[in-house]
Amino acid sequence: MAPPVNRRTGYSRRAQFGTFIGYVAGVAGAVVGGWFLVSAVSNQTSYSWLRSAAGDVTAPVGAAASGLRGGMATAAETVAGYATWGTENARLKREVAFARIHAAEDAGIRAENLRLKALLGLATQNPKPVANAWLIASTATSLRRFATISAGRAEGVQSGMPVRTAQGLIGRVLEVGTVSARVLLLTDTESVVPVRRAVDGTPAFATGRGDGTLQIRLLTLGLNPLHRGDAFLASGSGGIYWPGTPIAVVTALTHDGAVAQVLADPADSEAVTVQPAWDPVEDATLPPPTPTVPPPPAAKPRSKIKKAGKPGLITTLIGKVTGTGTPPAAPAPAPAHHP
Amino acid sequence: MIGARRRPPIGVVRQITRAPSPMVAYLVPWLSVAVGSLLPDLPVIAPAPVMPPLGFLMLLGWRQLRPGLLPVWAGLPLGLVDDLFSGQPFGSAILLWSVTMLALDVIEARFPWRNFVIEWAVAAVMIAAYVALTGGIALVAGSHAPIMLLVPQAIAAIVLYPVVARVIAWLDRKRLRPFRVFG
Repeated sequence: MAPPVNRRTGYSRRAQFGTFIGYVAGVAGAVVGGWFLVSAVSNQTSYSWLRSAAGDVTAPVGAAASGLRGGMATAAETVAGYATWGTENARLKREVAFARIHAAEDAGIRAENLRLKALLGLATQNPKPVANAWLIASTATSLRRFATISAGRAEGVQSGMPVRTAQGLIGRVLEVGTVSARVLLLTDTESVVPVRRAVDGTPAFATGRGDGTLQIRLLTLGLNPLHRGDAFLASGSGGIYWPGTPIAVVTALTHDGAVAQVLADPADSEAVTVQPAWDPVEDATLPPPTPTVPPPPAAKPRSKIKKAGKPGLITTLIGKVTGTGTPPAAPAPAPAHHP
Repeated sequence: MIGARRRPPIGVVRQITRAPSPMVAYLVPWLSVAVGSLLPDLPVIAPAPVMPPLGFLMLLGWRQLRPGLLPVWAGLPLGLVDDLFSGQPFGSAILLWSVTMLALDVIEARFPWRNFVIEWAVAAVMIAAYVALTGGIALVAGSHAPIMLLVPQAIAAIVLYPVVARVIAWLDRKRLRPFRVFG
């Protein structure tokens, strides 16, 4: 049992003032905190430099922890693997047999795709990565979902750039420090990504739910056309996220959309790639505008969907496909393929 | 640790050639709370708020185990460190931790003799209120996540509190470790 603290200061003026000033400072701390809080809520970007500086200072610790985290995950998987290796082995053999057949089919499809793209003058949509980095920390206690990556302004990372792993998108850069950056994860409720269904291009928005899943909201109301297992990709409308980046797979249906599981779980992807923000206006993958009639600046196409709706462009495209097969007039040089 | 050792911490008898370092003795509580703020962010890139607020638990623990060691205003600097890493809007922990320190002071004056069960109950109420208020602040700051997501975190924090108290007791022993004194 802890003895009570002697709260009496006696006749010492110094002790009395010390205690008094301590309480004044305590109340002042609460007031200052409240003031910081009000200014931070009213302007979300305030104090970001402080957070960035703190992220830079602790980046080495996070990088060390990131290696440890990967090691722990691998060790756990190794131990767990001993229990299931028999059935796992048999299943994998079956899967490999099927996968080999599919791989042959895919090779054919890929070749055809390349040929058709060359015919249309479309370049591959793989941007040159800005930086490769490690995920070094995440806000594991707050309702907000942020992560810190080990690349910052020194590597050319800028606010707004999408961040992805090999499996798919995990978020976009929010605040940039010198050697670290803060990423708004897809699962944060403030994150909204325009997506389309992989099979038919049904447009939707994917919003975070804060618990590791996404809410898919359809743009069109009416009968819910979604099914469990539907995959969604970034549509690229509005810029930022590169079209075709894998986002999520539907796990449960709701009355106006679906709940989807994120494909690139940040919990088991340590290495991430920072991509340049996609700008559909300056995109080299789109066909060039008609040279004779310069479009008015207000009607400048912002997205592929809008652009495809323009009759002039469609006829241009058809003309190219059905023409003699000459390469189109002025597509930008195709960027090198970066897997 | 060889420099400032003229004044050993209160209650510690200085032995010949060995004395606790005042710097270590006073820095350990502050540093351990700051490390507690940073620690939950590292072990897993969490898809949901699953980790208990370890910095806050450390603050409660130090305040209850060694009243008076952390001053009443300790919530300001320690909360500032927590705000830098927690992902909450800046000022959230400064405000809530300062209020916590004041509240614990009032509780201490009201109930001078306490055993650990009472300490734990007080800490449980504090933790529940703290987690709920951080959720509320996040909602005001623009999140739309259901606040129920924080319930597992609050329960984990309450269950974990005795363990944290043990760790703090261990740190409290270690911080008074005597170092060799020359002269």
